[in-house]
Amino acid sequence: MPTLTAQPPHAIKPPKTPVRHDPIIECEIRKLYYGDFLAVKNSSLNIEKGKITAFIGPSGCGKSTVLRCMNRLNDIVRGFRLEGRVAMAGQDIYAANVDPVSVRRHIGMVFQQPTPFVMSVYDNVAFGLRINRDKHDLDHRVEQALKSAALWDEVKDKLKKSALSLSGGQQQRLCIARAIATQPQVLLMDEPCSALDPISTRRIEELMVELRKSYTIVIVTHNLHQAMRVADYTAFMYVDKESRSGYLVEYGETDQIFKHPAEEYTRQYVCGHFS
Amino acid sequence: MKNTIGTSLKFERTIDSAFRRVCWTLALLTILLGGLIVFEIFYHATPAIKKYGFSFLTSSQWDPANEAYGVLPEIWGTFYSSVLALIVAGLLGVSVAIWLTQNFLPSRVEWFLKTVVELLAAIPSVVYGLWGFYYVIPMLRPFAGWLHEQFSWVPFFSTPFTGPGILPAALVLGIMILPTVASISRDALSAVPSRLKEAAMGLGATRWEVIWKVVLPTASRGIGAALVLGFGRAIGETMALAMLAGNSSRLTLSLLSPSNTLAARLANQFPEAGPSEASALMFAALVLMALSLSANVFGVVINLRARYKLARVGVAR
Ligand SMILES: Nc1ncnc2c1ncn2[C@@H]1O[C@H](COP(=O)(O)OP(=O)(O)O)[C@@H](O)[C@H]1O
Ligand SMILES: [Mg+2]
Repeated sequence: MPTLTAQPPHAIKPPKTPVRHDPIIECEIRKLYYGDFLAVKNSSLNIEKGKITAFIGPSGCGKSTVLRCMNRLNDIVRGFRLEGRVAMAGQDIYAANVDPVSVRRHIGMVFQQPTPFVMSVYDNVAFGLRINRDKHDLDHRVEQALKSAALWDEVKDKLKKSALSLSGGQQQRLCIARAIATQPQVLLMDEPCSALDPISTRRIEELMVELRKSYTIVIVTHNLHQAMRVADYTAFMYVDKESRSGYLVEYGETDQIFKHPAEEYTRQYVCGHFS
Repeated sequence: MKNTIGTSLKFERTIDSAFRRVCWTLALLTILLGGLIVFEIFYHATPAIKKYGFSFLTSSQWDPANEAYGVLPEIWGTFYSSVLALIVAGLLGVSVAIWLTQNFLPSRVEWFLKTVVELLAAIPSVVYGLWGFYYVIPMLRPFAGWLHEQFSWVPFFSTPFTGPGILPAALVLGIMILPTVASISRDALSAVPSRLKEAAMGLGATRWEVIWKVVLPTASRGIGAALVLGFGRAIGETMALAMLAGNSSRLTLSLLSPSNTLAARLANQFPEAGPSEASALMFAALVLMALSLSANVFGVVINLRARYKLARVGVAR
């Protein structure tokens, strides 16, 4: 991590946002608390439909937190509180009459470490469909999901085997298959490759680019090369030195963020990683 | 200077090796003592083993006058009361464990209730026996009488309720093994990585779907181990059963009938046993030890395997 010597955070101009074509998620976080701790402040951005958006920044700056706001997974954290608005396809997902469970059914999520359930490969992929009471044509849709996740050829003979018998990279692709089996509109991925070897990482990156045709993807990554390789848009977050709160510094097209960052913080962070 | 350092190290090394030796000796003594107990029991049981052999396990007689001994009803009573107790403790214990681990309660309340459940294990067996005798049996009496009147055609209620017997014994035994079952299940449930739960929630599972479909299956082996270890405790439990089982050897399905268990038979019979009966009792003690040892070994093995499995869920490869 380079030391950043630019202006203190209050002097920072509001982040530039890319031209909005067709936002699927509008995220406006004014204040986000875990108990008394202000974890994220003043961060607003729109996620473009059908694109890959990457979040980068030092660890602890709130990337996962922002991501977990988009499917209301933070609701299960004790003391979580959000001042702001998150809307998906124009509908406020934090509105009083919205059930967080139903929100999560429209948004898939993949975690840092593979999270296969203790059941067969098949049952893992069918999990989301079954809890949606959506059981027609199960075999076909499980197959489709596994094919989309580029896993079908490797597991088609061991669908009934325990998911734990797969390798780490296969497990992560299984989790992607499980997440897309219900055909969510958005796929959230929180450092999906950080527990994987370079070859598995490469496969998942190829997969993301492939999946962009049908899904909107938001990915958190600490690997800037990865962001450059896959993301259309990149958001850079940083931590306020005094309050330890994270905030969005800059958001724009990936090329612009990496080649011509508008903010000094962004420039130093990006350059620190590439020089 | 150099000298001082040398001496102090030497001193520490002496202490260290002395301490090691003491520990080894104590450990060996413990093992020896265990072996000695088994040997003694085996030795005293030998006459009965020679005389009755396998038929000891299949005969229902206990007749000191004719020197005819068999423990089939006791084995049956031991299993029956332990299985019933396990049903009680399993339902209660696993529910309590779920309730204490799945964010239903503020964490302080969780801690408090967990401690209360574990303290149940500190109540002496004889107190449970007294509680069962003076409280549970009178409480059951009207209900059990009604069951027998209405449903005497059901084998479980086919005999009149006479007080001490399988039902009160199993209920009290269930409460007695509850701490074992609940606390091992609790450990198993809280060892389920929270990211598995988050993954299930991320797919749109409700809290109960997460518990039923992800948390319980992941913890299933640990819960299995809790049940087996609870069963092991139930098999060996003595004092409360000597007071509550009814001390009457019968091969019956009726919950309302008096009955006996191996441990209760031993406790009740020893004071007045002559030489031949004492040998038969030692034989019964061996049977009891074999049962309880195999339940415990089985429980420990599945607990270890459960941990191994959880480690596989927990560690990305
Ligand atoms: N469940 C939680 N409870 C309390 N604080 C949390 C929780 N999750 C994250 N935090 C805090 O919020 C901040 C941002 O965390 P996170 O979003 O995980 O950062 P990142 O993903 O960028 O590394 C950190 O200071 C972290 O300690
Ligand atoms: Mg994170």
